[in-house]
Amino acid sequence: MGQYFIRRILQVIPVFFGATFLIFAMVFALPGDPIRALAGEKPLSEAVQREFRTEYHLDDPLPVQYGYYIGGLFQGDFGQTFRGEPVLDIMKDKFPITARLALIAFLFEATLGVVAGVLAGLKRGSFVDNLVLVSTITVVSVPIFVLGFLAQLLLGVQLKWFPIAGVQHGASSYFLPGMVLGSLSLCYVARLLRTSLGENLRADYVRTATAKGLSRLRVVGRHTLRNSLIPVVTFLAVDLGFLMGGAIVTETIFNMPGIGREVFLGIKGQEGALVVGIVTAGVLIFMFANLVVDLLYAILDPRIRYD
Amino acid sequence: MRQMKRMSLIALLMALALVAAACGGGDGDDPGQTGDDGGGATGGEFSVGICEPQFLMPGNTQETCGAQVLQGLFTPLVEFDPDTAEPSNVIAESIDSEDLQTWTVTIQDGWTFHNGEPLTAQSYVNAWNWAANAQNKALNSYFFGNIEGYADLNPEKGKPETEEMSGLKVIDDTSFEVTLSEPFSQFPLTVGYTAFYPLPDAFFDDPDAFNEAPIGNGPYMMDGKWRHDREIKVTKYADYSGEEPNADAIEFRIYADANTQYTDLIAGQVDIIDSVPTEQLAQAPQELGDRFVQKESSYFGYLQFPLYADPWGNVELRRAVSMAIDREAITTAIYQGAYTPAESIIPPVVPGFRENVCDVCTHDPEQAAQLWEANDGPSDIVLWFNNDGGHEEWMEAVSNQLRQTLGVKTKFESMAFEEYLTLQDQHELTGPGRGAWVFDYPSPQNYLEPIFGCDGSSQEMGYEDHGCEEAQEAIDAGNAEPELDAAIEHYHRAEELILEDLPATPLWFGVTQSGYGEGVDNVIFDVFSFVRLEQVEVVDA
Repeated sequence: MGQYFIRRILQVIPVFFGATFLIFAMVFALPGDPIRALAGEKPLSEAVQREFRTEYHLDDPLPVQYGYYIGGLFQGDFGQTFRGEPVLDIMKDKFPITARLALIAFLFEATLGVVAGVLAGLKRGSFVDNLVLVSTITVVSVPIFVLGFLAQLLLGVQLKWFPIAGVQHGASSYFLPGMVLGSLSLCYVARLLRTSLGENLRADYVRTATAKGLSRLRVVGRHTLRNSLIPVVTFLAVDLGFLMGGAIVTETIFNMPGIGREVFLGIKGQEGALVVGIVTAGVLIFMFANLVVDLLYAILDPRIRYD
Repeated sequence: MRQMKRMSLIALLMALALVAAACGGGDGDDPGQTGDDGGGATGGEFSVGICEPQFLMPGNTQETCGAQVLQGLFTPLVEFDPDTAEPSNVIAESIDSEDLQTWTVTIQDGWTFHNGEPLTAQSYVNAWNWAANAQNKALNSYFFGNIEGYADLNPEKGKPETEEMSGLKVIDDTSFEVTLSEPFSQFPLTVGYTAFYPLPDAFFDDPDAFNEAPIGNGPYMMDGKWRHDREIKVTKYADYSGEEPNADAIEFRIYADANTQYTDLIAGQVDIIDSVPTEQLAQAPQELGDRFVQKESSYFGYLQFPLYADPWGNVELRRAVSMAIDREAITTAIYQGAYTPAESIIPPVVPGFRENVCDVCTHDPEQAAQLWEANDGPSDIVLWFNNDGGHEEWMEAVSNQLRQTLGVKTKFESMAFEEYLTLQDQHELTGPGRGAWVFDYPSPQNYLEPIFGCDGSSQEMGYEDHGCEEAQEAIDAGNAEPELDAAIEHYHRAEELILEDLPATPLWFGVTQSGYGEGVDNVIFDVFSFVRLEQVEVVDA
C-alpha cells in the first residue's frame, strides 16, 4: 500500500512537466497578437507594444519562454497577466469560489443521486422508479444554460427564494448555481446506482446473505450497496475533478467569478502564465482525486488490494 | 398508451415538486434591495451593472466599463452636454491659444484629490508625461502623440532618455502650457477624455496599488478596494469642490454576461444597467416601460475595403458593394433599432452631422449590378470579420445581399478578434472586412483623421497609397481653423472626399439601449453612453 502510494505520487512529476509544456505550447501557437488586442479597436503605439514584448519575452522562441516560466515557478513566481496582476493572486481569489460551487454541486448530486438511485433500484417498475427515470431523462436532455435560465426565472425572479447572480449574498449565492451545476451528474449517479443495485440484488452472495437470515436492511446496506457503489464512486471522483476545473457556462450565467471563466478569458487573451497556472493546478487536483478513488476502492471492495 | 402518458405527466409534476421542495430551505432571506433608505432627490445608494474593467487608471483605461467607474472618481477639465455634446469647462478656467499650437490651460484653484493632495497644474503634467512614456506601457499613450516631445518618450529603439515631454510646461500652480507638434483646433475637446485626467503624487509611488483603489478628484471616492469580478464601491467625497452629487454612495456590480445583468435588473437586484443585450430587445420595452432608454451613441460601423488587394483598388467595385447593401433592412430585421443606417461618416452625436451625404450608401441593387458587371467584378468575394463579437448575423445578411445583387459567390473568413486585428495591421485581408469606431471626444475630426487620415491610427485600408492626400489636406485645414463653424466646413469637405474615394463604406450608427429599475430616477446617459452618476436620484421605495 505504502509503495503503491509513493509510486502514484512520483507519477505526478512527469505529468506536471508534460502538462505545463503542452499547455504553454498550445497558448504559444494561438494565432493573433495578444498585445495588439489589449487596446481593442483603439491603436497601441509601437514603442508601448515593444515594451510589452520585451517584458513578457514574447519575441523569444517557445523553449526560452517556457524556460523563463518554469524558472520563475521554482522561485514561487507564477508569472503575471498582461494587466500586471500576479497569477497566484488570481488563483487564490478564484479557486475558493469554484471549490465552494463544486462542493455544493457535489453534495447535491451525491446525496440526492444516491437516495434516488437506491429508491429506484430497490423497487424496479414502481412509481418511484418511473419518476426517477422520467425526471432524470428530462434533466439530461435539457442543455445546462436552459436549466440555468429556468432556475433563475422560476426560483429567482418569480419566487425570490434565491439571488440570481453574484457571490455577494453569502452562502445563499451558491445554492442555485450549485444545484444547476450538479443536476446533470445527479441524474447519472441515480441511473448508475439504480442499474448496478438492480444487478447486484440478483447476485449469489445476496441470496446467501438473505438465506442466512440477515435482515433486509443489513443485506442491502452492508452487502449490496457497498458493492454497487463502486461505479458511482468512480464517476463521482472524476466528476469532482471536472467540477474543480470550473464550469464556464454555469459560472457565466450566475455571474460567479470562478476558475472556469478565468481560464476562458485567459485563453482568449493568450495569457500563457494564467492558463498554464490554472490548468496545471486542475491537472494536479484531478490526479489527486483519482488517487483517492483508487484508495477508496480497496475499502469498498475487499478483493481489491494494492501491493 | 394513455396510461403511460398520464403516468409520465404525474412523474414530471412530482419531479418538479421535488425540486421545489429541495429548494425550500433557503427561504426567508429576501435578496437585498439596494437604496431603500434614500430620502427623495438626494441621499441614498444605488447600483450600476458594468463589466469587469480592464484597468482603473486614467493612462490605461480605454474601454467603457473602466471609464464609467472613473467618470465617478474623476472630474475632467471639460465636460460635454449629455444631449448636444456642447463642451463646457469644469476644472478648466480656460483653454486658450493664439496659434492653435501652443495652448495655455488655466485651472480653478482649490480642488483637491481624495487623499487631500491639492490639484495643481503639475498633477496634469505629471499624469500626461507618465502615460506618454512607453516604459510605463500605458494603453492610452497614443493620445499624447501630438504633443511636442512625444517621440523622445517613444523612441524607435532602446529606452527613452527623458521622462518629460518638451511640449508640457508648468507655468504656475494653476496653469500650464501645452505645445502641439501641429496646430489643432479641436484640442480643448480632447482633454475631456479619460486619458487626460490628473493624477496625485500618490499614484507615482505605486501605480499598481493605485489601480486597485484609484484616488481621483471627482464627486465620489473609493470605498475599499476594487473587488475583481465582484463589485466596486464608491462613496461621496466630502471635500468635493464641484456641484454636490445626489446620491451618497454607488455600488458598481460587475457582470460577466449581459443577459444575467438584465435578469438581475428585472429581479430588482441592480438599479441601472449599461446595455440591454440584443436577445432581450424584443421584450425590454414591455418589461421596463418608460425605464427603457434609447439614445444615439457614438458607435460607427463600417465595411472597409483592402485597397492594397486586387481588385479592391477599383473604386467602382467598392461603390457597387456599397450600393448592394440594404442597411435599413439589416438594422430593422436583425437589430430592432439598436443601430440606424448610416449615410454619412460624421454621426448624429457630434456637431457637423448631415444626412444623406453618401450617395452610394442608398440601396440601389440595379445600379450596383450594372457597375459590378461593367468593371469586371470578380465572381468571388471573401468577407472578413471577428467571430467573437456577435457579427455573424449581419455579415450573413450582407453576404446574402451581395450574392443576390451582384451574382457573386461569397466566403467568410472569421477568426478571433486578436487575430483579426493582426491581419488588418499587416494588410492581409483579401476582401471587405468589418470595421468599427467609438469616439474619444465629440468632434467630427475624431471620425475622420484616426480612421481615414493618411497616418490615421486606426486606418487599416491602405488608403495612404490610394489618394488619401486630398482628404488629409481638408482635415488639416479644419485642424488649423480656430472657428468651429469654419472648421466644420473643412471637415465636411474631407467627409465628401473620403466618400468619393470610399476606402470604407458607412454601415450604421449605434444606439445605446439601457434601462433602470424603479428605485432610481433622473438617469441620464451622456454622449459617451455613460450614466451621469452624480445626477442619479434614489427614489423612496
